[in-house]
Amino acid sequence: MLEIDIRHRQGDFRIESAFTTGEGLTALVGPSGSGKTTLANIAAGLTRPEAGHITFSGETWFDSERNIFLSADRRRIGYVFQEGRLFPHMTVRQNLHYARHFRPTRTDEAADARLIDLLGIGHLLDRRPAGLSGGEKSRVAIGRALFSAPALLIMDEPLSALDPARKAEILPHLEYVRDETGIPILYVSHAMEEVARLANRVVSISGGRVVAEGEPGAVLGGARPMPDDMEPATFISARISHHLEGEGLTVANSRAGTLYLRRGAAEPGDWVRVFIAAQDIILGIGEPGNLSALNRLEGSVSSVTERAGSIWVTVDCSGEVVLAQVTRHSAARMRLTKGQPVSLLFKSVSIDTQGLFRRHEARP
Amino acid sequence: MILSDEDWVALAISLKVAVVASAASLPFGIAVAWLLARKSFPGKSVLNGLVHLPLILPPVVTGYILLILFGRKGVIGSVLDQVFGIVLSFRWTGAALAAAVMGFPLMVRAIRLSIESLDRGLESAASTLGASRFDVFRTVTLPLIMPGIITGTILAFAKAMGEFGATITFVSAIPGETKTLAAAIYGYTQVPGGDAGAMRLTLISVVVSLAALLASELLARRVQVRTEGRDA
Repeated sequence: MLEIDIRHRQGDFRIESAFTTGEGLTALVGPSGSGKTTLANIAAGLTRPEAGHITFSGETWFDSERNIFLSADRRRIGYVFQEGRLFPHMTVRQNLHYARHFRPTRTDEAADARLIDLLGIGHLLDRRPAGLSGGEKSRVAIGRALFSAPALLIMDEPLSALDPARKAEILPHLEYVRDETGIPILYVSHAMEEVARLANRVVSISGGRVVAEGEPGAVLGGARPMPDDMEPATFISARISHHLEGEGLTVANSRAGTLYLRRGAAEPGDWVRVFIAAQDIILGIGEPGNLSALNRLEGSVSSVTERAGSIWVTVDCSGEVVLAQVTRHSAARMRLTKGQPVSLLFKSVSIDTQGLFRRHEARP
Repeated sequence: MILSDEDWVALAISLKVAVVASAASLPFGIAVAWLLARKSFPGKSVLNGLVHLPLILPPVVTGYILLILFGRKGVIGSVLDQVFGIVLSFRWTGAALAAAVMGFPLMVRAIRLSIESLDRGLESAASTLGASRFDVFRTVTLPLIMPGIITGTILAFAKAMGEFGATITFVSAIPGETKTLAAAIYGYTQVPGGDAGAMRLTLISVVVSLAALLASELLARRVQVRTEGRDA
């Protein structure tokens, strides 16, 4: 796996970061200007840091003390850039095969054809990049990185230039890459829905420093400082039970209890990762009476903390920790204390379809 | 229109000098343009000034400096003569050198501009795909700056075709050796009854210059389509 521990200065901006990537997709999140892209370039060998060391699967890529620096072309990485960076003077086919000239690998024509097919770029092979749409360019850029047979994929906001419809079109391809190729991915992003859907592990960066590192639920759940433009949220794994025909609803079972979701693409038996924004949850004590909110989970308060003018309450629902945000006034009125039994209420609509994500592996 | 044998010879010399001058200076032009566009090093402004000097100096002065440096008794010329047996002064090769020096700033400028406008992200992308620095230059940089290279080469060729002052100062106008088209036209204007000859050669040089311009336009357009990546 990739281990980075570096110090770097760019003008007045200092980066001092250490983190490791895990299996699958590691998301590097943070507000713009936090040093994410610089770190990605350092990992790729496009930027040489001032000091520190970088190793990948036991191979030293950078070590300032031993004066080792492997340039990008010798690191066996695939890099998907924000702007695609397809070579304008080559056809799509030539772009895809470019790396083959320099990193001779055993060409497996069937595998190539399968990849081209999966990315849906077969009809574009003889075209030049200037004539492609944004979504097509993105798919070709992903294909080109994969064709270079990388040991590590680095993706720097590969979807940020696309509109929501195109994003939705590319996301399944990224899931495929993560799940089927087995290539570890370092994924730079500040889009919550992408990270929520894709990440196996999250590293949160702020001001050039790592502020949190670990499971997506723990890092994005607001337990630690969050990037300014991301809202804390809870992720709950649930398995689709059945659809309520005619009502546009889907029933799913989770450790925390039964959830009513707006009907999405998932089918009974599928595992989904449900995303609930902390501000969408209503806390109740005792029997809340007859409410329109469909979802009701029971648990007990495990912590109450004050941060940035709000009270953050974590509630343990049979082992699934859910984060809720309430005002100071409500917290005082309800006398929320640790161990207090509470109900969590939220509408089915508050689990929007963007938040309904397929999990990459079935939970045991 | 009938050209005299002497006219044909002058045309041939001019073409030879211009082709050799622009072709031989091209590798140096690319290298210097790349240095000026990409590298920062001590003496960069001195190099930049030296390259542009022939553009601002009177051509006669440039020719005289070449004579001092590359003449048989010159600082560099004597070494070339004694060590390598190469003589430039009063030879057509000297005319090519003079033409190359005069056209060099135009060539470097055009290539440098195209290097500076190149998206360096494409070069980074190539290196992440396993291309060494030389491979990146060969497969990405060079093809993408080709319009600039063509423009620069044609400018240098056109300058070489028309070069007069530095050439005649450095290598004189020896018939059959260094008497170029421009020198021949000048020669005709200096003798009584030479008007017809001067007019003939003037027409010839107009035709050659237009042909070069046309060829470069066509070539540049083809390359442009390729580098801009439109589907041809």
